[in-house]
Amino acid sequence: MSSQGIAQAKAWYWQRISAMVLALFVIVHLVIMIIAIRDGLTAAEIFSRTKGNLAFGIFYALFVLACAVHVPIGIAKISEEWLGLSAAASSLLAKALALIIVVLGLTAVWGVI
Amino acid sequence: MRAAPRRSGRAQSIAYWAFVVHRVSGLVLALFLPIHFLLLSQAIRGEAALDNALALTELPLVKFAEWGLVVLLTLHLVGGIRLILIEFGPWRGQRSGWITASVFVAAGTGFLFLYNMLVTV
Amino acid sequence: MSTPATMNMSTETCSKTETIEVRVWRGTQEGEFKSYPVPRFESQTILDVVSFIQREVDETLSYRFACRVGMCGSCAMLVNGQARWTCRTHVSKVLNGSNTLEIAPLANLPVIKDLSTDMTQFFDKWASAKGQFKGANTRKDPLARVKPSSPERLAADAGIECIGCGVCYSSCDVVTWRPDYLGPAALNRAWTLTNDTRDTAKLDRLRVIAGDAGCHSCHSHFACTERCPKGISPTASIAGLKRLIGRMAAKGELT
Repeated sequence: MSSQGIAQAKAWYWQRISAMVLALFVIVHLVIMIIAIRDGLTAAEIFSRTKGNLAFGIFYALFVLACAVHVPIGIAKISEEWLGLSAAASSLLAKALALIIVVLGLTAVWGVI
Repeated sequence: MRAAPRRSGRAQSIAYWAFVVHRVSGLVLALFLPIHFLLLSQAIRGEAALDNALALTELPLVKFAEWGLVVLLTLHLVGGIRLILIEFGPWRGQRSGWITASVFVAAGTGFLFLYNMLVTV
Repeated sequence: MSTPATMNMSTETCSKTETIEVRVWRGTQEGEFKSYPVPRFESQTILDVVSFIQREVDETLSYRFACRVGMCGSCAMLVNGQARWTCRTHVSKVLNGSNTLEIAPLANLPVIKDLSTDMTQFFDKWASAKGQFKGANTRKDPLARVKPSSPERLAADAGIECIGCGVCYSSCDVVTWRPDYLGPAALNRAWTLTNDTRDTAKLDRLRVIAGDAGCHSCHSHFACTERCPKGISPTASIAGLKRLIGRMAAKGELT
């Protein structure tokens, strides 16, 4: 019974910690997007910022990892409350989603750096 | 004959709507994220491949979606800060000031993005 | 036993000939709203209205009340869709320019009949959240010393006045979505007990509270806080529980 409680507590604080991290990342990302969209969205435009830029790479890699923590926990709660999934099913969904985000996200980062 | 009435949906508080916006924006962003990554990862195949994928962004519907996502992201961000303050900060009730702030900041950010998107150099 | 209020209503000459139309839930889980005309008086509560209907119009109406002065919480019902104490809700406060009222049994609870609900699950959850004080002292021990200004006591005092009326429970969306959710009242009581320095059941209690149907399911809609007639904020209490449990889980103290 208490292992369930510990899992719930950990999910709660990991989502809040990742949220605080993401707040900073998202503010930076929004600024970049608003500046970037000025010159239109082309590969050349994006690459001029990202290619060979290690700082960018690290920033967005960390961003992806933070998303991989934050997004699945939220989706799990929604699936339990609005889709009626069991705790076990929502946990499985969360893990799958985390994997998808990490794989696709880091691939995207790798692609642009 | 009908089922016993639930609590009326009419008089929902502002904090309830803040929750709905936060949850729905999070859900939409979550569904968008894999698409976002798939699109950008075309870069692995080279500049031409990425340009090909980015051609989608010329569609007016996609431009509208981009703007919408920026607004939703900002709403989720500011609403999220409000929740962190509610759960960890000194108790100041439902912090409705932050709800107002989220609307204004999202509107402002959305406007800036739209302006930059449509008014090209 | 008759109340002076209803006696006056039927014999007193009305200065106003105003009538309000009152739709009242009749039935159990299934049923319908039935309309009753009720004479409108200047100083009139919803409980007066319901009592009038049952005593003067339709004796088959089932409803609950006891103290009628805002102390016991028995008379809680949905008035125009919002959970309230009917003895402390003036008709003038809820009419808002119309002349119809809608009275229904509390939401999120099974309906026994008409306006009476089965509160069993409400109190069962209170019990399963370990909402009972458990102390270690006996009568032979000296009195416990609790400083009223200590942070724990202030936290406990903020939520201690709960009378278990069910208004918050009836107003909570999460209770509607997750039937096993412990609910604002049970969690609020758990918080006050957790802050009682004399209590010895803290760990047992927190283990339950941290579980699936516990405090982490609260999404701060604030409906409970808005509707609580005692001015308690279960949202604040639940936030406190989240922080405490989070800290303990991180430190490995929640075994």
